[in-house]
Amino acid sequence: MNGMKNGISRRGLLAGAAGMTAAGLILPRGAFAQTAKRGGTLRIGHASGATSDSLDPATFAAGPIVTAMLAVCNNLVEIDAKGQAVPELAESYEPDAEAKVWTFRLRDDATFSDGRKVTAADVIASFNHHRGADTKSGAKGSLDQVVDIRADGETAVVFELSSGNADFAYLTSDYHFVIMPAKADGTLDWESALGTGGYVIENFEPGVRISLKRRDDYWKAERAWFDEAVLLTINDPTARQNALMTGEVDVINSPDLATLHLLQRRPGLSLVEVTGTAHYTMPMFCDVAPFKDANVRKALKYAVNRQEILDKVLRGHGQIANDSPIAPANRYYATDLPQHTYDPDRAKFYLKEAGMEGLKVEISAADAASVGALDMVQLFQQSAQAAGIELTVKREPDDGYWSNVWLKKPFCVSYWNGRPTEDDMFSLVYAKGAEWNEGHWENDRFNELLLKARAELDDSLRREMYHEMQGLVSEDGGTIIPIFVNYIDVANDKVAHGEVASNRFLDGWKIVERWWQA
Amino acid sequence: MSGAPAGQRHPLLRMIAARLGIGVFTLFVISTLIFLAISLLPGDIAQQVLGQSATPETVAAFRRELGLDQPLFWRYLDWIGGVLHGDFGQSLANGRPVAALLAARLGNTMFLAAYAALIAVPLAVTLGLLSALWRGRMFDRITNVLTLSAISLPEFLIAYILMFLLAVRMGWFPSIADPGASPGFGEMLNRTFLPAITLVLVVTAHMMRMTRAAVVNVMGNPYVTMARLKGASRWRVVTRHALPNALAPIVNVVALNIAWLITGVVIVEVVFVYPGLGQLMVDSVTNRDIPVVQACALIFAAVYILLNLLADVVAIAANPRLLHPR
Repeated sequence: MNGMKNGISRRGLLAGAAGMTAAGLILPRGAFAQTAKRGGTLRIGHASGATSDSLDPATFAAGPIVTAMLAVCNNLVEIDAKGQAVPELAESYEPDAEAKVWTFRLRDDATFSDGRKVTAADVIASFNHHRGADTKSGAKGSLDQVVDIRADGETAVVFELSSGNADFAYLTSDYHFVIMPAKADGTLDWESALGTGGYVIENFEPGVRISLKRRDDYWKAERAWFDEAVLLTINDPTARQNALMTGEVDVINSPDLATLHLLQRRPGLSLVEVTGTAHYTMPMFCDVAPFKDANVRKALKYAVNRQEILDKVLRGHGQIANDSPIAPANRYYATDLPQHTYDPDRAKFYLKEAGMEGLKVEISAADAASVGALDMVQLFQQSAQAAGIELTVKREPDDGYWSNVWLKKPFCVSYWNGRPTEDDMFSLVYAKGAEWNEGHWENDRFNELLLKARAELDDSLRREMYHEMQGLVSEDGGTIIPIFVNYIDVANDKVAHGEVASNRFLDGWKIVERWWQA
Repeated sequence: MSGAPAGQRHPLLRMIAARLGIGVFTLFVISTLIFLAISLLPGDIAQQVLGQSATPETVAAFRRELGLDQPLFWRYLDWIGGVLHGDFGQSLANGRPVAALLAARLGNTMFLAAYAALIAVPLAVTLGLLSALWRGRMFDRITNVLTLSAISLPEFLIAYILMFLLAVRMGWFPSIADPGASPGFGEMLNRTFLPAITLVLVVTAHMMRMTRAAVVNVMGNPYVTMARLKGASRWRVVTRHALPNALAPIVNVVALNIAWLITGVVIVEVVFVYPGLGQLMVDSVTNRDIPVVQACALIFAAVYILLNLLADVVAIAANPRLLHPR
């Protein structure tokens, strides 16, 4: 179905069968039975928009601008509801035998909204925007492995990587890599806001609203049902819920968990909840005492009461994690690793091994890292006390948390949306020398396996390697990962949808082109 | 001195000219202070916008692109040079012209402030006069209790209560005030009703109490007794004899409250999703988007300067003795 020509297509099929079924979908009543139909307006009450939002894909992080631009533009590859990579603007893609050189062939029926056809030059500009010395892109790290991008005629693009990467196609689905037109000098013309997607931007007021209008000449057949879509920025959670209750909007994301059960009681509203790869972390610098000692790290992992954090901070809207960033939604999730539970005696035992009974440590935290991060560390403080660990909480300012605290303080809180592939997640945060290696963790065996698994095309061998790596991160790693957090949206009965993707909020941020009027 | 200078013939005009001159100087000082203050905050726009995904190289590239690697002094000169030519520059965050960003939001802010003021000022002054008239009676007590209760509640709580009752329960008014891209006047009035009423509840007590206190104060004077004795009605005594002499403090409090309605309503804007200047400024400070913060600060400062001036002019017009302070 996706034009792949070697072993990877078998792997792709396996992935669909195995990993994704665990993705915990709670589907709204009756939404499945309906058939999609054209027309209507979709109104979204969107969290985390700001007046600083920009059309420049290099600055994309989250919020309405990303949801809107994923309706205005396409990627080479998209992630479907089963978590699999399927071709989007690329008609097909194939790696060479070592997965080092990837060729993407472009569709010939896709045009920008000004009528121009998509060419290889546009794709190259869209990727080069995130590469090189002068880019400010948050996705720069993901493309470090790309040595060269070149055109092969008008309609094919060749990516040459520094080493084999069997998952490279998944990477191109990242929301930073939306395809926009190139200027004559080869740079990206993001100011034009042109894309090949089903919608065009009619009105964009950063931090207020984005209005989208459907294109009649969209190349996808079974997509883009609504005539119009309006994305309102509503940052206040209470206002967001009121807007949904009063019918001002049809869908909201990120509802307030404390009042969610009350919201659910209202007739006509339904929860769209998926467990994806998002997780809370508490990284410890492995090259700084006392975290240098693996026993101390283990002790702290056993001193966290994960169930309590899940129940009280997330009110059950998540899953217990096991100090590994690979989630049940990932393809090679290891189900049989010993689960770290709350066990003060074991924590004491490991502290004794390390000769550090009565350990005193300080953790820096702010709610800027994630919703409820401060509550989480306070619970941690209580549970650690029973294990003889004196954990002091240093409350940091929200403002500037990511630049002044994270990656600077030896023990703090952090958050990751996770990645669709094991390799991407591990390479960005757990590999030796990675810019965002928040735990300063270096494990030789892990780093060796990372390179091997990345280039491995045999599915069962890869599964084995990723299995071992998850064990290493979980047991030896410098990061406490207590919980996976669900993505929750709430919708009214005026909109309907099929199976919902679990990779982000709002149907993998593709709600505008995937949902329809009920 | 050759002849009587204009100022002596028109002392009021001279005062206005002098105050405007001082105002311009004040704006200059404020712009310098804000520029320095934002530069002193930890982090800059590159780190704020990139957030968790920042790396040293991308932050450096971001700064090069925006010219943030230039010395502070040069950046300030560059900015003020632009402002003197009427160019407020571009937002560092999304490259849009600051003037365009401000235009729509300034209009929204002014609309909401005017809406609230047009309800609140007459209401507060009337309630204040009536309370003074019926001092110590039931009306006075009830008015005091109600307005003071309203001002004692945090504004977001008032907003939530109004939203719950009038929008969620009754469905009479929309819970979101965002008027959309091109609203009609009636639509605007309907959409912004709840935020306007919230603001009215917040500002009324202050103005009402000041009106009442000022009038009560004047009512104790012998000339008021005289007016009563010559047979003027109570209402006439209050409005014609007492009020003009009590106007100066009232007008000043009204001016302060209107200034607050323009500059200080960010919480109401956030709760009702109303795109005004307050939210823009808070966002811009968070992002260290200096040109936008500067422009907002200048507008807010100008609002205070002009409203204070206006208050003084009105007070003097009502009571010319104030021109000659002893």
